[in-house]
Amino acid sequence: MATVYLPRSLVALFLEPPPRHVEVDSSTLRALVEQLDRRWPGMADRLLEPGPQLREHINVFIDGERERSLDAPLAATSVVHVIPAVAGG
Amino acid sequence: MRDKVEILVGTKKGAFILDSDAARQQWRVRGPFCETWPIHHVVRASDGTLYAGGGSNWYGATVFRSEDDGATWSQSSAGLTYGDDQPKITHIWNLTPSADAATLYAGVEPAGLFRSDDRGETWTHVSGLREHPSTPEWQPGNGGLILHSIALDPTNPHHLWVGISSVGAFETTYGGKTWETRNKGVRADFYPGDPPEFGQCVHKMLLDPTDPQRLIQQNHCGVYRTDDGGSTWTEITNNLPSDFGFPMAVHPRQPETLWVIPHSGPGEGRTMIDGHAAVWRSRDRGDSWQQLDSGLPSDNAYLTVLREAMSTDRLNPAGVYFGTSTGQVFGSADEGENWQLLADFLPDVWSIEAAVVEA
Repeated sequence: MATVYLPRSLVALFLEPPPRHVEVDSSTLRALVEQLDRRWPGMADRLLEPGPQLREHINVFIDGERERSLDAPLAATSVVHVIPAVAGG
Repeated sequence: MRDKVEILVGTKKGAFILDSDAARQQWRVRGPFCETWPIHHVVRASDGTLYAGGGSNWYGATVFRSEDDGATWSQSSAGLTYGDDQPKITHIWNLTPSADAATLYAGVEPAGLFRSDDRGETWTHVSGLREHPSTPEWQPGNGGLILHSIALDPTNPHHLWVGISSVGAFETTYGGKTWETRNKGVRADFYPGDPPEFGQCVHKMLLDPTDPQRLIQQNHCGVYRTDDGGSTWTEITNNLPSDFGFPMAVHPRQPETLWVIPHSGPGEGRTMIDGHAAVWRSRDRGDSWQQLDSGLPSDNAYLTVLREAMSTDRLNPAGVYFGTSTGQVFGSADEGENWQLLADFLPDVWSIEAAVVEA
């Protein structure tokens, strides 16, 4: 099972918020988002924009490497971090 | 039951709720709500549900909903899309519930109209508007290409108007399937020659609460009224000190009474004129205007009040409220005669809606 770490600003948007780290059984980033969306409906809309593709200012790191493709593979031992881009103001 | 008055405030950093008893002298501030998202509009539907629309640079546009007076909020943008090969929706600019709360409309950026028939759970694109032949020529105003005004005919659910910056007004009598431009008589001084069929920069458009053929609008180029559903507009800028401003308000029972907040022109800072805060009121539907400034700052008050940031309550006398882009909320419990500062140091205020609820 891969482990995905979710930002506080994302989990706070759900009435029954997900834990900050979640175990997922997914072979790609796309499947990971789909699985999260089944468990917390609406989460895909927060992570993806038309394309579909990752929202411009949402960064995803898989085992320490930044990935933009939804087809990026996940291993059973992968660690995934979802991190909003830093911004001022 | 005693009435409670609420001022629903959308700001750059979350939604806030100010509340008071019917005397409207002491106000409590609650918030920020909606996870401090940029919130362009907050409304309370007639069934008591609160809705807040906004858009995050990280997480996109969504509509928040609270069924417990703001204690908890859910959010959904299911269906709020033009499709995977179309531009992304960045912000919700206006939320307008029907009188029976069964339907909720959302105006969005880039300009388009959506409706929800399940209290904001899912959304359907009212696609006929963006199928209008003028669409390829729509141009954004300074605030973006935004649909910010939605006026629902209370006597006919298939009849509504929308206002888009800087495209102008449209009317449908077919539930949104087809639309007609409604800009005749409205100036567009930034175009050479005669005013075009569309391209006018409506800043705020409202329906007369007593007559669904009468509307008013504050435009980039003047203030206007119409008696024929927008087929022809008559300019009512008259003795106002500027033809430029953003919000407009109409009395809940006496539609001859209007309020506007004149600002310096588009090239002159777009603030209260000469740093003197004032609201202007008409008692004759715009034939003449009176300056009201008792209790408002008169020196070095270079305030800006954006298009959604003025509202009235339905008490008698009517309360009038406005919020500034520098975080103040001002209110009057006597139709604008006297003003007081209700809240200061909020984030940039983008919208104000007043609601009267049973305490």
